[in-house]
Amino acid sequence: MIKTREEMKSLREACIRAAKSETRKILVCAGTGCVSGGSLDIYAALKEKMEACGIKCEVELAMDPHEDVVGLKKSGCHGFCEMGPLVRIEPYGWLYTKVKLADVDEIVEKTMAKGEIVERLAYRQNGKIYQKQDEIPFYQKQTRKVLEHCGHIDADSIHEYIAIGGYEAFEKALFEMTGEDIIKSISDSGLRGRGGGGFPAGKKWSQVARQKSLPKYVVCNGDEGDPGAFMDRSIMEGDPHRMLEGMMIAGIAVGASEGYIYVRAEYPMAVSRLQNAIKQATEMGLLGENILGSGFNFTIHINQGAGAFVCGEGSALTASIEGKRGMPRVKPPRTVEHGLFNQPTVLNNVETFANVASIVKFGAENYRKIGTETSPGTKAFALTGNIVNTGLIEVPMGTTLREVIFDIGGGMRDGGQFKAVQIGGPSGGCLTSAELDLPLDFDSLKKVGAMIGSGGLVVMDDKTCMVEVARFFMNFTQNESCGKCVPCREGTKRMLEILERIVAGNGREGDIELLLELADTITNTALCGLGKTAAGPVVSTIKYFRDEYEAHIRDKRCPAGACSKLKRIMIDPDLCRGCSKCSRGCPVGAISGVIKSPFVIDQDKCIKCGACVSTCPFHAIKEV
Amino acid sequence: MNIQELYQKTDAILERCGKEERSMIAVLQAVQEEYSYLPREVFPYLSKQMGLSEAHIYGVATFYENFSLEPKGKYVIKVCDGTACHVRKSIPILEKLRSELKLADGKNTTDDLLFTVETVSCLGACGLAPALTVNGKVHPTMTPEKAVELIETLRRENA
Repeated sequence: MIKTREEMKSLREACIRAAKSETRKILVCAGTGCVSGGSLDIYAALKEKMEACGIKCEVELAMDPHEDVVGLKKSGCHGFCEMGPLVRIEPYGWLYTKVKLADVDEIVEKTMAKGEIVERLAYRQNGKIYQKQDEIPFYQKQTRKVLEHCGHIDADSIHEYIAIGGYEAFEKALFEMTGEDIIKSISDSGLRGRGGGGFPAGKKWSQVARQKSLPKYVVCNGDEGDPGAFMDRSIMEGDPHRMLEGMMIAGIAVGASEGYIYVRAEYPMAVSRLQNAIKQATEMGLLGENILGSGFNFTIHINQGAGAFVCGEGSALTASIEGKRGMPRVKPPRTVEHGLFNQPTVLNNVETFANVASIVKFGAENYRKIGTETSPGTKAFALTGNIVNTGLIEVPMGTTLREVIFDIGGGMRDGGQFKAVQIGGPSGGCLTSAELDLPLDFDSLKKVGAMIGSGGLVVMDDKTCMVEVARFFMNFTQNESCGKCVPCREGTKRMLEILERIVAGNGREGDIELLLELADTITNTALCGLGKTAAGPVVSTIKYFRDEYEAHIRDKRCPAGACSKLKRIMIDPDLCRGCSKCSRGCPVGAISGVIKSPFVIDQDKCIKCGACVSTCPFHAIKEV
Repeated sequence: MNIQELYQKTDAILERCGKEERSMIAVLQAVQEEYSYLPREVFPYLSKQMGLSEAHIYGVATFYENFSLEPKGKYVIKVCDGTACHVRKSIPILEKLRSELKLADGKNTTDDLLFTVETVSCLGACGLAPALTVNGKVHPTMTPEKAVELIETLRRENA
């Protein structure tokens, strides 16, 4: 238990010394992605093999002075989940990709015993081998600030976090700054909430600080429910202390002594890492009463969600922490006045809190060096969909979509053509190739009717049907509508019905106009953000891909060939030689004909299984 | 259902989580962890112990997706149908699992209480799409064929 700032200083020195004595390190990624690829087995095997070879390895920072050792660590997510399980070797900065249990012996014998690289495990792209992690194009084009420690430190070790400068900002805030100083610094930095809306964090904090009513609360929104987004999960799993530090600084700034983290139940690993981080910080004396003798008290609780997307909305989230149904309420009063337990509350998301420590530590001026004038800093995005490199990335605000998709993402996978990217999840909209050079920041996206949201980027190729995508998002929102207000409860249901009949080939003339009219009403009258933005995907797909909607409705045809109910399999009579191979393979006997004459498919019988397409030796059968 | 045992377990949970309204979700989660679902007998008991109306507790339990009032199978398979998994074809996996286990939308659990198949909006494992989980363990880059193999493996484990 540390009781003074001096003791903290000597602990920090001890941590740095201990970290230095680990001259070489193996960091095995223990993020959700790599764990499911078997990284924990690899970790155990590495440990066993090293011990068998007589290499002294340590899994935890040994705080007493001792000789040099090899550190064997479980790190957080590197973001390059596609190439997992990942193993990073320090001090060389090598990254081994797609590591298997069978590779363990070679890693220990070659890399740990002799300091040689196992080249076949290095990342390859277009025939070039990239030994170092930083040189890989996926990483080279990124600016990792919020995620800087993810993958580089042991997420379960407070000592490692302290050794790399962790909790220095908290100390500075505690002893050298007043609440107003902190808020001024956050305001000057221009930090905007990373959860979607982009509301200035400094403004929010100052509004809470002004409130007279006590107690006040700091709440972290870790209810990352957007399908296709996992930035916050990676921060909570990979660098949990950074987020705690941000919340603690917010506590000092607004005069709160209790913090709550609301995490989705779907993120069990994030929950356990956070629990461990809170336990460590409490045992060390960084959380609790009279922290470091400063007189400041702060505790943090974890609340798990129970599967309701709407709980990402502020007032629904606080209702859920209070043990009620997670339904939004009418605003004002806003959360800053009447938030959790009806008290003034700072509510920010994980990534926002993860930005705080570096602003306090290095100053607002330094923070503004990256990003754009109105959207300073970086933004983490979850890059997914039909793209070569899926994963978690971080780029300066204002980076273009083209750089993200083609330079970092490596372009489209399986030779597909870029068609659109869905940004902002079910609340956002799609962007097309015309917007590829659009800078990604809060204001530029707002201008084109999209939003950053929490940062999901789902890239879609030419085989993706945009009407089906719109139906998918509407289905999601409809399921998640809490049912409190009529426009959202009834309106999304009607919109979903229309979209369902369009993709099934039963669309009617006027359906597009009806969708737009409903969208307008719901957007203007729904109670909360979920309803107000529910129509986003529909409106933006109609805007850019109206012809696809029309093809479904008028010609009963899906131009992308994705809607199975509209799919037709046809035999090209010019290419067909009448060999009968297809008709023999058809499971429902839908193909008939006379040998050596073109065969035909009975569309009423055909179940569109596609078996004939692959069996035809003359490539005469096609899906249209 | 052994009522006395249910009450005892619930008492221990209330002791641990607290009896205030704010503990509601944690309490329901703990009961569900114990029984894999929320037995209906627990509602009147919780109502008495927590001093809240039964309707209120039932309202919370039915609001959240994760709570189930029906018993679940030994293996709970959650097929991710988040955006990333959806565009990488998660629905054929779900359909294959359902046809393999003779389940349908609305009938999620097999009669022998071995398997429950449900969808989940997003597991946050988008880099591994399409993904599914079995009792929380993530299985990455699935295909309908791999899903069938998985079912067979689980059946063998249980035989």
